[in-house]
Amino acid sequence: MATLLRMPEVSANVESAVIVAWAKAEGDAVAAGDCVAEIETDKAVVEFVSESAGRLGRVLVAAGHEARVGAPVAVLLDDGERDVDVEALLAGQPAGGPLKEPASAGPAGPASPAPAAAASGRVFASPLARRLAAQAGLPLPGLAGSGPHGRIVKRDVQAALARATAARPSTAPVETAVVPEPAPLRVPGDVAVPHSAMRRTIARRLLESKTTIPHFYLRSECRMEALSALRRQINEAGRHVSINDIIVKAVAVALMDCPDMNVTWTDEALIRHAGVDVSVAVSTPSGLITPVVRGVHDKSLSRVSAEIAALAARAREGRLSPQEYQGGSFTVSNLGMYGTTEFAAIINPPQAAILAVGAIERRVVAGPEGSVEVTPMMTVTLSVDHRAIDGAAAAKWLDAFRRVIENPLAALI
Amino acid sequence: MKSVDYDYDVAVIGGGPGGYVAALRAAQLGLRTALVEQADLGGICLNWGCIPTKALLRSADVLRLIRSADRYGVAVGAPVADLSAMVARSRKVASELQRGVAYLLKKNGVEVIHARASLGGAGSVRLENVPDSAHARSFQAAHVILATGARARVLPGLDPDPGSVWYYREALSPGFLPPRMVVIGAGAIGVEFASFYHALGVQVHIVEMADRVLPPEDEEISRHVAAALSKQGMELHLGARMIGSQRAGGVWRIQLQGGVRTLEAEVVLVAAGIVGNHEDLGLERTAVRVERSHVVTDALGATHEPGVYAIGDLAGAPWLAHKASHEAVACVEAIAGGEPHPLDVMRIPACTYSHPQVAHVGLTEAQARARGRAVRVGRFPFTANGKAIALGDTEGFVKVVMDAESGELLGAHMVGAEVTEMIQGYAVAMGLEATEEDLMQTVFPHPTQSEAMHEAVLSAYERALHL
Repeated sequence: MATLLRMPEVSANVESAVIVAWAKAEGDAVAAGDCVAEIETDKAVVEFVSESAGRLGRVLVAAGHEARVGAPVAVLLDDGERDVDVEALLAGQPAGGPLKEPASAGPAGPASPAPAAAASGRVFASPLARRLAAQAGLPLPGLAGSGPHGRIVKRDVQAALARATAARPSTAPVETAVVPEPAPLRVPGDVAVPHSAMRRTIARRLLESKTTIPHFYLRSECRMEALSALRRQINEAGRHVSINDIIVKAVAVALMDCPDMNVTWTDEALIRHAGVDVSVAVSTPSGLITPVVRGVHDKSLSRVSAEIAALAARAREGRLSPQEYQGGSFTVSNLGMYGTTEFAAIINPPQAAILAVGAIERRVVAGPEGSVEVTPMMTVTLSVDHRAIDGAAAAKWLDAFRRVIENPLAALI
Repeated sequence: MKSVDYDYDVAVIGGGPGGYVAALRAAQLGLRTALVEQADLGGICLNWGCIPTKALLRSADVLRLIRSADRYGVAVGAPVADLSAMVARSRKVASELQRGVAYLLKKNGVEVIHARASLGGAGSVRLENVPDSAHARSFQAAHVILATGARARVLPGLDPDPGSVWYYREALSPGFLPPRMVVIGAGAIGVEFASFYHALGVQVHIVEMADRVLPPEDEEISRHVAAALSKQGMELHLGARMIGSQRAGGVWRIQLQGGVRTLEAEVVLVAAGIVGNHEDLGLERTAVRVERSHVVTDALGATHEPGVYAIGDLAGAPWLAHKASHEAVACVEAIAGGEPHPLDVMRIPACTYSHPQVAHVGLTEAQARARGRAVRVGRFPFTANGKAIALGDTEGFVKVVMDAESGELLGAHMVGAEVTEMIQGYAVAMGLEATEEDLMQTVFPHPTQSEAMHEAVLSAYERALHL
């Protein structure tokens, strides 16, 4: 039967908190332990984790609005339950719900902007609002829309940007230790750029990763002459395929070869994945985002290449939908195009591994029988979650990956 | 809101396109509604403005078309313009629509009171000139909406006179056709009347203080219209101030500043702005503020006096019927407890039914640049539009002003045949916050003049196909 999700007491002596953004849209499946929303007190932004599983029903407090601790903020439906009488569920509830409007909502604005994410998870926003949000690096799904039927329009984006500019810059997560306030870092001439919501998300997730996931690192050097030659042939045949596309495909081939690496750690159990969804790190003007290429193991190289190109383009325009960047079981991060020889990447939680790819460069290597040769080489560094994967399994995978890269024809075609 | 102390939830004073729409919407929302009108339902717009002028201009169009019939392979004799028949048709159109408004009000249960109204004390409306002696001389209303509109500004020394000084009312019911006419003011009203009377053979001079005709329009549009009017044979006196006027022997002599020029004409037609009808409404008994003849309101029509609202021309520019109607709906919905969004002034289209027609929505290029926006400007002439060529009317062009950074449509400006029927396309695009991409992806039907709207956007991005 349906239950009410209530505003949790995020820290002692806090009476109310603001829903910064809903991580799930109405209709989305919710697993126990899933983050359903980000909530913010004057001290911190924290994840609101659902203790039970189900499906998110009606959202009662829209993003950007404040609610008292203990007040119902959303309905959690049982699987299979279609809809419930929210009024009946709420009957007998102490007065709660929205406490007050965000300060920036004008007097003429609607009293309770509907969340723009409808039951389908689709975000309703005007083309201009989408573009302005993308240019500012502002994720649309969290915004409340004031247009017809809760559509996000230009004024909503402008109001959110004004709010972001006015907002206090400090929102350290509560789970980190309390440290004394550092001395001000700004000297005259310095400029304080307010964090975008995207920047905050990157900061929170990577801090969580580096502080809660026991990383270990393995490095391998791959000979690239065969792969470079293959790529030349493909491109001469009129199909454009990048080195990175081939690497993504090789990752999937290696993961299918080494199922012990194709896993995700959760507190309850180790999830063994049936297929391979690879996240690809894309740098955008507003920050890093990792769109997901799904079912890479089942797709041809040219299909993978086309999908990466489309996702990267949409990412740079800020037009990715949450489904396009959420999930994924493994990430590829490539800084080779900047000439970086090698680097170690931070795991993209809740994934268990990430491959950091450096530049292809001609190096002197030992040839057969004491000879020396100059050949194109590429260094890759694998970061692994030791909770989920042991060293030997990771080493076997890295060897499998190297073999695919060095003998691409057999593995990829 | 429905208190027994009140006779009505909402009382509307004035039955023009602001007032009657306010009353209709209030009644639709279940409010007990009264509408007080001292003259004709439909107000100036329907009786002495938008509608009857369009009827006359239609007559001018028919005349113009018949005169050029041979260009279309149709041989006809020389047409004869019958002014009194044209005026009779125009009056008939107005009265037909007036009956329509009366029917709509009755159907929706609005009580229409034919009287002159003013505000008494709090919530009280006083009535004068009540034809029905049985009707009370005052009533109580929880909310009073003032929609009394505006009237033509009368210039000193040029009081209205059906024989020689015409304001819109005289110009819409002329008793004769003067050989010569001086039109004071080249705004929409002046240019429309100039177009009509010129088509009927009157020798027309237009005097305008600003340095261009249709001053609120984009400068390129103004330039095009000025050239078109001159080419048709009207004489334009721009940047010209009238400093004197004398009438002798049935002829007006109008002196323009600079002393060089004196214009002579049998009739002076004055279209030099409007003033709000704020007098004799009892506003002095309230906290309502009036500035430069217009009532000061917030975005939803509320005045400084609780329970008293003002909409339409009385509440200020732009003086457009559709602006009044939109304000009426927003004001009433707010009274009924809704949360309407106020009208975005930048998204109100405006049309001038001169020959050629003019229409715009949003910012002019100069306004956009003055706001510090980096803009992309696109233009497309009707000479390159297939439908316009087939119609034999290729005058004019479409111009769009796009925000270079966001792709927002900031303004659209058109001059040419029937452009007043097309501007809504851009208004919809603006309302839905389309970007250049959406406009480019929209399929415009072929062959239509509206294809020029598509091409103008393409041209702003150097992608026009037919240029």
